Amino acid sequence: MSTPLLSVKNLIQHFKVSRSFTVKAVNGVSFSINAGETYGLVGESGSGKTTIGRSIIRLYDPTGGEIVFNGKSIVGALDNDTRKMLRKNMQMIFQDPMSSLNPRKKIADIIGEGLDIHKLYSTVDERNEIIGGILRKVGLSAAHAERYPQQFSGGQRQRIGIARALVMNPKLIIADECISALDVSIQAQVVNLMKDIQDETGCAYLFIAHDLSMVKYISDRIGVLHKGYLVETGTTEEIFNDPRHPYTQSLLSAVPIPNPHVEKNRRLIAYDGGAANYESAALQSISDTHFVLES
Amino acid sequence: MEKIILSIRNLDITFRTNAGDIHAIRGVDIDLPRGKTIALVGESGSGKSVTMKAATGLLDTNAIINDGQIFFDGDDGRIDLLTLSKKDLRRTINGRQIAMVFQDPMTSLDPTMTIGDQITEGMFLHKKISPADARNRALELLNLVGIVDAEKRLENYPHQLSGGMRQRIVIAIALSCEPTILICDEPTTALDVTIQARILDLIKDIQSKMGLSVIYITHDLGVVAKVADYVNVMYAGKIIERGTVDEIFYDPRHPYTWGLLSAMPDLETDDDRLYSIPGSPPNLLHEPKGDAFAARNKFAMKIDEKEPPPMFRVTETHWAATWLLHPHAPTVEMPKELRARLERSRKAAKIS
Repeated sequence: MSTPLLSVKNLIQHFKVSRSFTVKAVNGVSFSINAGETYGLVGESGSGKTTIGRSIIRLYDPTGGEIVFNGKSIVGALDNDTRKMLRKNMQMIFQDPMSSLNPRKKIADIIGEGLDIHKLYSTVDERNEIIGGILRKVGLSAAHAERYPQQFSGGQRQRIGIARALVMNPKLIIADECISALDVSIQAQVVNLMKDIQDETGCAYLFIAHDLSMVKYISDRIGVLHKGYLVETGTTEEIFNDPRHPYTQSLLSAVPIPNPHVEKNRRLIAYDGGAANYESAALQSISDTHFVLES
Repeated sequence: MEKIILSIRNLDITFRTNAGDIHAIRGVDIDLPRGKTIALVGESGSGKSVTMKAATGLLDTNAIINDGQIFFDGDDGRIDLLTLSKKDLRRTINGRQIAMVFQDPMTSLDPTMTIGDQITEGMFLHKKISPADARNRALELLNLVGIVDAEKRLENYPHQLSGGMRQRIVIAIALSCEPTILICDEPTTALDVTIQARILDLIKDIQSKMGLSVIYITHDLGVVAKVADYVNVMYAGKIIERGTVDEIFYDPRHPYTWGLLSAMPDLETDDDRLYSIPGSPPNLLHEPKGDAFAARNKFAMKIDEKEPPPMFRVTETHWAATWLLHPHAPTVEMPKELRARLERSRKAAKIS
């Protein structure tokens, strides 16, 4: 087996709120992502999925644990080379396409900011060409580069967000709930676009979402988070066909099915397990790829 | 025959904006049978929220109601809500007979008032009730919506509660004056799936206890399948298909409904490609001449560009606005992936 593109070991992220109170957002989460694959991270709000994404891209300083990306450790203080490597090769797509684009900048400058910082072009024409090409790739046209964000619809803005991430030619894109603010018909367009881009460029995704049905479409492997602990991880088939952890089963039972007769008779599997049980638990192996947290 | 408690007829609304007039609602008819649940489905901008806001007098001031009636069979007999002033609506209808649950429980509660004050506010406004009785009623409501420690929660402020609990509070407020109609505008979109399932079950439970008639506004067909008796599909300010929930989910006739159903991720199959409706909804600043969906519809015919289709009858309860149902139209089958999928779901539902 080759070394994974990203490996996270025992990641801990705590936030000190006051002298006596610390929010333990992420507690010892381990997983890895191979080059070119999509890893889905699901869980309810407050489970720590967004925090993990932000710790990995170093918007936060991890409290403990190891993160190795592209062969280099990216925890602690970063030297210049590592920082440059990280910023160029890992990109993020944010949840809300309305607030994640600077309203005072033209699309060309939003997308081109990374190119400017890393000096990835030699002439202005070359810059325009790169930006035009990336806009076409996400289904917009080069003429859109001179417009401002408010001139676009939600789906189009999310395409711009994707273009901004893609223009750096990253190896890993962290997509944090990037479709949950969009309409159903537009969600399908964006997910299909992300898949096409992966086929073309071979980038890997960390796809963070709470909507299990969309995660199933895009992910190769899935991790289920609950209260800051990774309670189950496995291939998409394993998670959907053979869920072992009661929380995973509860999540799956809550996904609405567009079939009235079936849906009206379905029962929600309730699960109210607390984080207390998780502290003493360890990941047990079910297969080479399937692990579940059991005490 | 079921008794219709709310009946919207030929509603037509324009918004005045700096960019020009937006013809947002273009002739909408909706019936709500007493004690039943209807769903209003459509993308953002299709006009589903505007339609219900018209019924409760919550339209923005730049909205002009060009035409239509909204008949409500309430305490004072059958009245047209559009003839009432905003003040009268607030005094006799809103909150008392028609209550609304909004999408975002984070913003629909007042952060400076305790939960108890917010629940009893409507009661003091609409009913002659003593503070002690109001408090008892508030406790009852909190128990009804499944909040434990109700006594303590009355003194809490919204920020002390989780998202799911806040939405329960919003529902308790809506129910405080025993309305006959509950309008839920995307009540669970901001919530997690497990919480969503619980809230939907809760509303259903209360509906059967109190005999409520419920209107759901949503874009999630999974939610519709779970709660609705009747479905109205909206597109660009018009109802383009309506029917019982079975008719819409097992025998859809409009290409837009086909698209919506196909775009739902299906847990049953292993397809790795999701169908998506091409393009985006039309801008109603420039009202389309023919069928508003024609540009995104691969089954569109020449007439779709010239004239908007009327409602064609499929059954007594099932109607769809597409020229494909015209007796002279060529026979067009729905996409085969969708047909296979509907067959599977009919099988799973054990109906032929």
